[in-house]
Amino acid sequence: MDFATRLLTFLADAIVNIGDWIRGLLGTTIGLDPSLVSVIMTVIGAAVVAFFPLIVVVFFLWAFRKLLARIQGRIGPNSSGTWAGPYAIFQTFADAIKMLTKEDIRPQGVDVVPYNLAPLLVLVAALAVWAVIPFGPELIGSDLSIGIFYIMAFSSAALVVFLMAGWSSNNKYATVGAFRAVAQLIGYEIPQLLSVLVVVMVSRSLSMQEIVGRQDVIFLVALPLPALVFFLASMAEVNARPFELMEAESELVAGFQIEYSGMKWGMFYLSEFMNAVAVAAIFSVLFLGGWRGPWVDAAPILGTVWFMLKIGLMLMVWIFFQFTLPRFRIDQMLAFNWKFLVPLSLANVCVVGLVDRVITEVFGGRAVPAWTWAGVMLGANVVVAVVLWGVVALAERQTRRREGAWHAAQAGESEVGA
Amino acid sequence: MTQQALFILFGVITVAAAVAVVTVRNLVHAALFLLLAFFGIAGLYVLLEAPFFAAIQLFVYMGAIGILIIFGIMLTRGMMREDQPRANEQWVLAGVLTLALLAVLVWLAWQQPGVETIEAVPENTIALLGMALVDPAGFVLPFELASVLLVVAFIGAVTIVRER
Repeated sequence: MDFATRLLTFLADAIVNIGDWIRGLLGTTIGLDPSLVSVIMTVIGAAVVAFFPLIVVVFFLWAFRKLLARIQGRIGPNSSGTWAGPYAIFQTFADAIKMLTKEDIRPQGVDVVPYNLAPLLVLVAALAVWAVIPFGPELIGSDLSIGIFYIMAFSSAALVVFLMAGWSSNNKYATVGAFRAVAQLIGYEIPQLLSVLVVVMVSRSLSMQEIVGRQDVIFLVALPLPALVFFLASMAEVNARPFELMEAESELVAGFQIEYSGMKWGMFYLSEFMNAVAVAAIFSVLFLGGWRGPWVDAAPILGTVWFMLKIGLMLMVWIFFQFTLPRFRIDQMLAFNWKFLVPLSLANVCVVGLVDRVITEVFGGRAVPAWTWAGVMLGANVVVAVVLWGVVALAERQTRRREGAWHAAQAGESEVGA
Repeated sequence: MTQQALFILFGVITVAAAVAVVTVRNLVHAALFLLLAFFGIAGLYVLLEAPFFAAIQLFVYMGAIGILIIFGIMLTRGMMREDQPRANEQWVLAGVLTLALLAVLVWLAWQQPGVETIEAVPENTIALLGMALVDPAGFVLPFELASVLLVVAFIGAVTIVRER
């Protein structure tokens, strides 16, 4: 083979090939013990999985601030006269250095251990999620058989960290902020979990790789309603507008993070953005087919590229969504969850489960053609959506009537008074 | 070797955290130590190749029950003062009952035949678990009873908080 062909074959599956090269280097060239080599490879793999989100977040933060500024009619971070590089691409590094060199302030009367532990734990939970996210046919930290459930379990267990942070700060606003945060996160976990359940039901596996493997037709086409519910609920889970009630600068003065400053605050900030990227990645795996795309069989590295593009697309949608909508009041937010998202996601679970069962029975053991399946599922989703629209319209009319009656009664009273 | 070291590590974490739960004076700290004990148990489940139960442990015990306990402590007046007595007047009875429970558990463990050979864990344990839960010959009755119990608790909660 000439050089160009060899280079192309190498690049086609670059990341796996680099891994094989390092393994060969350690095992054959240096001559280490095979078990030691596998330990070293595991450590390298873990480091790559842990550093990847950090690096992505650094550049995502820049893109986020730039786009946000454009939406608000500003320029955003720019490089006039600084060393932040063209278009201020290295602005985030400057911010990180500033944050790291700030004084470590400990307010009076804090509960020292939980107060200092909380930012660390929140970051650990944000990083742990990345272990099961598949970047390509072979590229996954660990293809756990519980995959998606592992992610859900970690994000649920991480809730207690907010209570730790809020309570140990020795500040009533922080404690109340933590209660609000947990009330929001626990509530929105339910529709999120139920829409994940729909995906698990139709792909018959909790493993992330198998969920990707099942999507001959991406699930966004077959299951648009669960995708919508998951998207809205995960907006609330990562504390994005319009559900940005954990922080809500103008009313809560930053909620449970009020007493944190410097890099400890930076860790909360970082984990929030890391979670945003993780949620985009999870959405891509669950509903957009993960690393699947054209020519992945020939060049597995393309799978990683498609996956990154999908994550980028989801993050763009996330930013546009976030900065075009005003914030909810807390009662509106809770009502939206419990009276709209939860019933809708329960209906999704019932309808999709039933329809999937019926299709399987009709085809009786033979494999169901992917497009037939997707079409029937889409039809079922449309029916649910139409019924949902009817119910919402009815509820709205009733509310209007009640409000009208109330206004009429007020008017009547004031006339009597006059 | 690594397995054993990890087992001892998680065992020590669990037991030490459990001891701390009943000895620390600050109730919120006790609740946090309880969560640490739950986490240690999750680690033991992972070592036993039961990842589903490890995730359930994190999800239900840390994510739901832990938060419920902390909410309960924080919303109860006067519970967080450290000058309260550590034990109430029923500690003798509670101690006797706990020791009896311990004795029963030790006796049960003693009755078990020793493990000679360790069978390999089957490939797809979650699918097997799911089948067992809905299998009439398996655990379908306890499974359904648990859901009925949850529905009863749910309706009860709604009835209690409803405006009259």
